[in-house]
Amino acid sequence: MADTTVHRSITTEFMKGIVRDNPVFVQVLGMCPVLAVTTSVANGIGMGLATTFVLVFSTLIASTVKGGVPPQVRIPVYAVVIATFVTIADLVLKAFFPPLSASLGPYVPLIVVNCIIMGRVEAFATRNRPGLSLVDALGMGAGFTLSLMVLGAVREILGSGALLGVALFGEGFSPMLVMILPPGAFLTLGVLMAVFNAVKAKNDPVLIRT
Amino acid sequence: MTYLVTLISAIVVNNFVLTYFVGICPFIGVSKKIDSALSMGLAVTFVMTITATVTWIINHYVLIAFGLPFLEYVSYIVVIASLVQFVEMFIKKTSPALYRTLGIFLPLITTNCAILFVALIQAMRELGFLESVVQGFGAGVGFTLAIVIMAGIREQLEVADIPRAFRGAAITLITAGILALAFMGFTGLTSA
Repeated sequence: MADTTVHRSITTEFMKGIVRDNPVFVQVLGMCPVLAVTTSVANGIGMGLATTFVLVFSTLIASTVKGGVPPQVRIPVYAVVIATFVTIADLVLKAFFPPLSASLGPYVPLIVVNCIIMGRVEAFATRNRPGLSLVDALGMGAGFTLSLMVLGAVREILGSGALLGVALFGEGFSPMLVMILPPGAFLTLGVLMAVFNAVKAKNDPVLIRT
Repeated sequence: MTYLVTLISAIVVNNFVLTYFVGICPFIGVSKKIDSALSMGLAVTFVMTITATVTWIINHYVLIAFGLPFLEYVSYIVVIASLVQFVEMFIKKTSPALYRTLGIFLPLITTNCAILFVALIQAMRELGFLESVVQGFGAGVGFTLAIVIMAGIREQLEVADIPRAFRGAAITLITAGILALAFMGFTGLTSA
């Protein structure tokens, strides 16, 4: 019996990051990379995976050392832990994926101040065991990566007429350039968020907050 | 003249919020009322100018001088976190009136990505000292401009009849999109 409860709670912890507490569409966190790098699906996946890497290792460390960190200095301590993993991610990207690293530009170091990471560390990792924190981080990372992929796909299809760099439409297609420019990022995310709200309200009317 | 171009470019042409998407969290979170938006903008401008100054000095006289560029992110975040703490204590002691206006916004600024972005971009563009300071200040003014305009629009939106699914962050983002379109009109004003 105990085994099934643990199993179910692990699945719930993982799934909540994807739909119920989706970091992008529900919690509206980490907006800066969400808007900035989603000009294509590939960029979205790269940024999503880099953030997930930092999130997973930072929450693991934070939930392991939580007893030894005085509460007054916990934010600077966690910030240094996060910055260390971001540096690792940045150096790995620069060494093995130079084109991706170039197109993500300064938004890789900005993962340091991504509120999703500090938020999960503060709200979850410091209150739970490392195992559960790991599942939570993986779920949030997956939810974040999926959101970036969706946003990147919409903007790449409309703005460049392609998906993952492969042209979808014939010669006659003239792309909506605005979709890959800054205003397109805001408009796409706003509309997608409304769609997400509408779908959620239809499936579970209690959940929608007015 | 170069400094003036840098300033104008940082305020309108390359507005941090509307072209680089940094500082979106406070831009959406603290833009419900004009007064609090203005206070947030002032606090950000203040911290940004100081950050630009201090991180330039650290980058050139510590990180580059001792060959430690891989410590860039770690040292910037420590500098910003302690700087915000220090500024908060300093204002609390010297000007209680200013502290009442800016106080609650200061801790939030540590995780404002716009501050870190100022530090990163000056290292990336290899700006000179004065140019960095001017850019930090201009970026802050640009942030204030954007958040105050946004707050003005949102005060009007309060009374509008918005479809249920669009309420909250969704309509705010769409408004920001239209605002970004308007700001694109400044492109080409300066080449920097």
